[in-house]
Amino acid sequence: MFDRDLWREIFQSINMNKTRTLLSGFTVTFAILLFALLFGITNGLLNTFDSAFVDDAKNSIFINSGRTSKASNGLQAGRQIQFENKDQKWIEEEFDGKVQYITSRIYINVTATFRNEKSSYSVRAVNPDHQFLENTKVTYGRYINESDIKNKTKVVVIGRLVEEDLFLKTTAIGKYVNLNGIQYKVVGIFEDDGGDNEERYIYMPVSTAQQIYGNNDHIDQINLTYNPDMDFDAAIGFSNLLTRKLKDRFMVSQNDQRAIRVRNLANESKAVDQMTFILGILVLVIGFGTLIAGIVGISNIMIFIVKERTKEIGIRKALGASPSSIVLIILLESILITIIAGFLGLFLGMGILELIGPSLEDYFIKDPYVSINLVIGATFTLIIAGGLAGYLPAKKASKIKPIIALRND
Amino acid sequence: MLKINKLHKSYPIGDSSLHVLKGIDLSVEEGEMVAIMGSSGSGKSTLLNIIGMLDEADEGEYILDNVPIKDLTEKKAAIYRNKFLGFIFQSFNLINYKNALDNVALPLYYQGLKRKERIETALFHLEKVGLKDWAHHLPKELSGGQKQRVAIARALAANPKLLLADEPTGALDTKTSHEIMAFIQSLNDEGKTILMVTHEEDIASMCKRIVRLKDGVIMEDAFVEQVRASEYV
Repeated sequence: MFDRDLWREIFQSINMNKTRTLLSGFTVTFAILLFALLFGITNGLLNTFDSAFVDDAKNSIFINSGRTSKASNGLQAGRQIQFENKDQKWIEEEFDGKVQYITSRIYINVTATFRNEKSSYSVRAVNPDHQFLENTKVTYGRYINESDIKNKTKVVVIGRLVEEDLFLKTTAIGKYVNLNGIQYKVVGIFEDDGGDNEERYIYMPVSTAQQIYGNNDHIDQINLTYNPDMDFDAAIGFSNLLTRKLKDRFMVSQNDQRAIRVRNLANESKAVDQMTFILGILVLVIGFGTLIAGIVGISNIMIFIVKERTKEIGIRKALGASPSSIVLIILLESILITIIAGFLGLFLGMGILELIGPSLEDYFIKDPYVSINLVIGATFTLIIAGGLAGYLPAKKASKIKPIIALRND
Repeated sequence: MLKINKLHKSYPIGDSSLHVLKGIDLSVEEGEMVAIMGSSGSGKSTLLNIIGMLDEADEGEYILDNVPIKDLTEKKAAIYRNKFLGFIFQSFNLINYKNALDNVALPLYYQGLKRKERIETALFHLEKVGLKDWAHHLPKELSGGQKQRVAIARALAANPKLLLADEPTGALDTKTSHEIMAFIQSLNDEGKTILMVTHEEDIASMCKRIVRLKDGVIMEDAFVEQVRASEYV
């Protein structure tokens, strides 16, 4: 196989039969290119679906309040429902064991200044559990803790982009940032996979915000995660029960859709899971489909090549070529072409994905990436298929009597 | 040199079979130049193919250079062909993507010679057929007569015991045919044994012996006065 003369023969045949070489090479390149592109794009779609939910924990339930839309219990419609600290405590006690993490949220808009830098941000005043609900990644320092809540300390945890905006290239940890005239100590920096907007938030202890900005017990929103051991039906049952009990507690009609709104992510994540599953199957079908098309293509070309070379095979045999040398020369040629063409398709595919990937984000395709191992696997599958597809007709051709191959027609 | 006894060959045609060779006896000595003649269907090409080990006989004995040729595996047939035989075809059968030199060197490749030796030997034979200057031309750049001369050089390259020619002038005009025949005669003068199939009387008359076939049997086998092709050139 490592005979120089044999390879000289092969390269001569490849060089002098450019159309044939290009034709078979193109089929393989195209199959691998398509494989990489389709796989990459479907992966990109999957990534979009996944990332839509990395922002929040998948078992999150959000509870918001509003004005009542229906009269009930002798109270008029239009009454504002306001959650307070005791409501959060009540949920914790009432649904002990079903709630995993729970936090309040108060929204405050602030103007933040540090030295000469000034900018507007949203503050979320929260409990320590919020970190787990929001999938917040603290990269430096720490998050809000229980002692902050208890002592109403003036500390904040700021997003990576807040630090970039205000503190420029220096670290913010330990420094004081001015929010609407009050100094807060920065105790932590965080990152969030939910995107740039998520990294422009500032977190502070809920108790601190309540004291400074209203001197009351009000909270805007209660977020919680249910016990992840619950299956989909149990989770839905839990949020339904929670809604019913909350409505009773605030004397809201059970038919009132506005006063108390409970949003359970289980509903959405189930739809996403189904979508992901279908996309996953689609990926498999597309992948195998392209591969099979490639295999059929290379097989056809191999049969065509052997047919075209029948006369040459006859001449070679008349001159003393053994059948095995005929098979070897045809096989090595086809394998060589498939390898080169396959890897060309691989690099083209990866290159194109790399190139157009960022511009596809507008079309819900995020990080269209295909693992190199997968494409190499596909390439080798084609090489083996091309080899097999070439072997059978080559074997057959090598057994043709030279007299038949040389017949004048 | 070559001895054939009671050779039979038939080809299946649908359910029946066509008996092409019906007991051929032929012996050829070294240095002979034999023309096998006959109308189409007489079995002359089949006989040549069997002699050339391109086809196998059903029955009978075939001895070439004291080696009995029978029960050949593909591999063995390839070795024998390479060692004993040189082929000249009507349609030249050069490999179209190889230049004249590489075509001539191909049988030497299958003999396992080193590249340098192959090139040397091939060039020597190309020079012999007067085409040394055309060594690096592709077949499509050569005339019919030149192609046939390259094919003859290729047939000679492996220094075979026996040269087999199947209508070597069939695709050439009269003038070129005579040139080729003159060259084949000169090879025979040097001692090469030559066996050729033809249906042209004037070509056959340039051989030293004519074997006439009809319906699979030898009708006539006679030594003739050789006409020198150079007379016409």
